[in-house]
Amino acid sequence: MRYVRAFIVFWWDFVVGDDWRVAVGVALGLGLAAFLAHRGFAAWWVLPATVAVVLAASLRRATRSTE
Amino acid sequence: MTHDAFLFLTTFLASGVEAVEALTIVLAVGVVRGWRSPLIGVGVAALALAVIVAVLGPALRLLPIDTLRLVVGALLLVFGLQWLRKAILRSSGYKELHDEAAAFAAEREQASNASRATSTGMDWYSFTVAFKGVLLEGLEVVFIVVTFGATQGRVPLAAAAAVVAVVLVIAVGLVVRAPLERVPENTIKFAVGLLLTSFGVFWAGEGAGVSWPGGDLAILGILAFLGLLSFALVHQLRHQRVTARTAVGT
Repeated sequence: MRYVRAFIVFWWDFVVGDDWRVAVGVALGLGLAAFLAHRGFAAWWVLPATVAVVLAASLRRATRSTE
Repeated sequence: MTHDAFLFLTTFLASGVEAVEALTIVLAVGVVRGWRSPLIGVGVAALALAVIVAVLGPALRLLPIDTLRLVVGALLLVFGLQWLRKAILRSSGYKELHDEAAAFAAEREQASNASRATSTGMDWYSFTVAFKGVLLEGLEVVFIVVTFGATQGRVPLAAAAAVVAVVLVIAVGLVVRAPLERVPENTIKFAVGLLLTSFGVFWAGEGAGVSWPGGDLAILGILAFLGLLSFALVHQLRHQRVTARTAVGT
């Protein structure tokens, strides 16, 4: 059980890293893009916009905690 | 063609910077404690990485292409954003730049202080440090090789780019016999972060059913957008840092 936990923690750190909110933001953006695309709306702008918002917010948190 | 070129470039650059970091670790241990054990560690780690690519690459290709693009795209996007976030923090001065000379000195000191106990002619400290260094640095490369390669059905091309980069770094390392301080690692990491995030956006979008204006060429638009966004963020954070320092100083 301990090894399974360590394995999961390793991959979580490896892929998600310092800020889990980035992964949550990306998942929400993907959900919105899929929702719009499957209803026939233009959804190409959703992911670039998501990246802009998520990245700026994550950097803001990181830099505030170091000041 | 564009995808192949980007696939090669991304894997080559990512492999190159990770190989430089692994080389620093192996050099530091080898110079202080001898070469046999660290080189065995490097060999075992390289074998483990090759097995992971050989197993995961074909396994991923069994998934339907849209599912593969959605899952791999989302993973690459989250993974790429980590690289990009760190690169922006480094460029704006909020995080220290990666310094191979400092890493080499620290690793060398640890290696000289560690116990010299050996068994069966093997220096397990050297073996473990080299094995762990190469495996951990290499896992990021494997992740990129497998995800990029599988999504485009070009695992061999991605693996070849990684091998070329690693061979090149080893060859230069053998010639200079010192950590490769002159490789612009921080700039390369910035470029890799941009490429990974751009492909993540493109593939995750395709997997989610998005139709990109301009088809495959949209990747260039995404790359340009993320490039401009990143430079704007670096500029803004540098300004924020200077303002904060001035406020503290007055």
